[in-house]
Amino acid sequence: MEEKLKMFESKSAGPSHRTHIRAGQPWWRIDWREIWEYRDLLALLVKRDLTAIYKQTILGPLWFIIQPLLTTVVFTVIFGRVGGLSTDGIPHFIFYMSGTILWNYFQGVLNHGAGSLVGNTGVLSKVYFPRMVIPLSGVFVNFAHLALNFVLFLGFYVWFMLRGSDMNPNGWLLMFPLLIVQCGLMGLGFGLWVSALTIKYRDLRFALPFLTQLWMYATPVVYPASLVVTPQWKFLLWLNPMTAVVEFNRYAFTGRGSPDIAGLGLSWVVTLVILVSGLLLFNKVQRTFVDTI
Amino acid sequence: MTEPAISVRNLSKCYKLGTIGRHTLVDEAQYLWHKIRGKDPREHFSKIGHTATEARRVEAEQEANQEFWALKDVSFDVQPGEVIGIIGRNGAGKSTLLKILTRITEPTSGEAFINGRVASLLEVGTGFHPELTGRENVYMNGTILGMKKREIDAKFDEIVAFSELEKFIDTPVKRYSSGMYVRLAFAVAAHLDPEILLIDEVLAVGDMEFQKKCLGKMQDVSESGRTVFFVSHNMAAVSRLCTRSLVLINGELSFDGDTPDAVSKYTAISLKAEACASWSDKDAPGSNGFRLKEVSVRGIDDEPVGSVDIRQPLCLKIRFSLDRDKMKFRCAMALYTQGVCAFTTIEKEEREYLQAGEHCLLVRLPGNILSEGEYLVGVSVFASRGVKSHFCRIPDAVAFHVSDCMDGGSARGDYAEGLGGVVRPNLEWVHE
Repeated sequence: MEEKLKMFESKSAGPSHRTHIRAGQPWWRIDWREIWEYRDLLALLVKRDLTAIYKQTILGPLWFIIQPLLTTVVFTVIFGRVGGLSTDGIPHFIFYMSGTILWNYFQGVLNHGAGSLVGNTGVLSKVYFPRMVIPLSGVFVNFAHLALNFVLFLGFYVWFMLRGSDMNPNGWLLMFPLLIVQCGLMGLGFGLWVSALTIKYRDLRFALPFLTQLWMYATPVVYPASLVVTPQWKFLLWLNPMTAVVEFNRYAFTGRGSPDIAGLGLSWVVTLVILVSGLLLFNKVQRTFVDTI
Repeated sequence: MTEPAISVRNLSKCYKLGTIGRHTLVDEAQYLWHKIRGKDPREHFSKIGHTATEARRVEAEQEANQEFWALKDVSFDVQPGEVIGIIGRNGAGKSTLLKILTRITEPTSGEAFINGRVASLLEVGTGFHPELTGRENVYMNGTILGMKKREIDAKFDEIVAFSELEKFIDTPVKRYSSGMYVRLAFAVAAHLDPEILLIDEVLAVGDMEFQKKCLGKMQDVSESGRTVFFVSHNMAAVSRLCTRSLVLINGELSFDGDTPDAVSKYTAISLKAEACASWSDKDAPGSNGFRLKEVSVRGIDDEPVGSVDIRQPLCLKIRFSLDRDKMKFRCAMALYTQGVCAFTTIEKEEREYLQAGEHCLLVRLPGNILSEGEYLVGVSVFASRGVKSHFCRIPDAVAFHVSDCMDGGSARGDYAEGLGGVVRPNLEWVHE
């Protein structure tokens, strides 16, 4: 009886469980409410990705920390010691680590988004749920990694400060959360683009790791932005939206570097353009991608 | 006036055959480059001498870029509480229809309205992750299928009890046997509790026990007033569950009506033979003065039937005309099913027909003799005494389908699972 009632209820409540399927849905319509309805799935996907990856490994979640730590050590030795690149006077370890953890966050979200359609064909061709949930989950999964890394970073930061390194944390620290958000949105935007394009051009799957690596070197992760002086190169550098994120983050913590307010504005414009266009493109492609795959 | 649960209007789906677009970014860039320079890009591809393969590919592409309509202008309504079956051969468009209704893909044209909470089951265990425990996978799978976390919380114990995996629920599913895996997956699916259930041939997997459980659960769902949309090859399951069925042929809806009629239509198509075959004078098969006019399967009311109840008697009728008086021969019929000859029935002695003209022969089959499934009837007319001669021989004259709706009275009694064999006589068991 209760079930019967429930049935009638939802029927009279109508719109919430009415589905209209038709050809050629407007490309700009993204059903955000539906995505919200599937928030439990989003949460579980995040949890799954956080727990399943490191199952049956000895070090487990410690890998979250070891990876960026080793990268930082490698950068410190190669670019700092051997290469002798400037770090604007920031302790090498802090300089490379601050860049690496943000870059890893961006790259993590990007990769997760990029593989969201092609990598989940099995599930997506058998059941419907808003496909946007998958790339979105990448934002949160990688945020968890970032949070762990950041705790580690803070530890080193405080340690260096106590040892008397000259750090000047300043008001830009208030902007730090916004930088993280921007970083995530950027990764999401590019990830959506790549995943939509990969449906048609599988080449991207092979090109992506290489391209992101190149991109990292085009971003002031292992060198300071102050190293680039000619105006046209400088413009190109700041056109890369990750430049602002990395550079401002460093400046906020150490008071050194060459923050460029116009550059930050530009990077937000680029981020939003990529994000919105990525959302729309992904939304269009996901409707029929199982036919092509 | 209730609103239909599912309302489909002029739904069509077109697939492009062959390669879609250009293969690689390089191709695309070349294509664009030539377009910009105002040349016909195809010309470019076909001109480059050393890439003869390329030219051939372009050609093949043009050839293959044909459209394939997997669904053509399909319309129907399903009322709330109806259990509707979709039958058709492979490639008839069943899966495409289901994929559109489940929103996995979009139609090319047309529309569909679905009123009510939908759950689709195209596969069991979608989204299972081998590293996660049974418990975690129940939540994973449940939310993928559209449940909320708190709904799963509320039903969790019930799901685990249904799967009978209480002991292993915290073990990673990669350690499960395939049977355990399927059991857990189905337990989740069985507790979806939707208003509309769209279900594919999940019954085809798993053992008999599992299929029985599946069917039972589906029956429960339909009895509680929910709408079930069931796509299957399995005529027995469709006959058992669905009151109404749609038959899809080459993407078109060719029949919409009562399941027995739909099943006979489907049988007729899949065996390329109808329940009643007749020939005009001109093309009547036969020789030596014998001409076959009609072969038919008839029910108790003497009407041709394509789908018969396993309990009911039926008769096979053959009508022919003779050109001469005093012809002598005998008639035989063979019933084929599951790729073998179930039995042959033959006139016990040769019959003499004194007069030319039309004659009719029939043979009655009692109820509870045939098994479930499709039967093909072959006809043979010959004389073997004295001069040996064949008058007529058709191995696939007519076809019909036998179904057991499980209301009792058949050889299976209350046993719901599969029974082997090409015949199924209703025999008594006695305890002495």
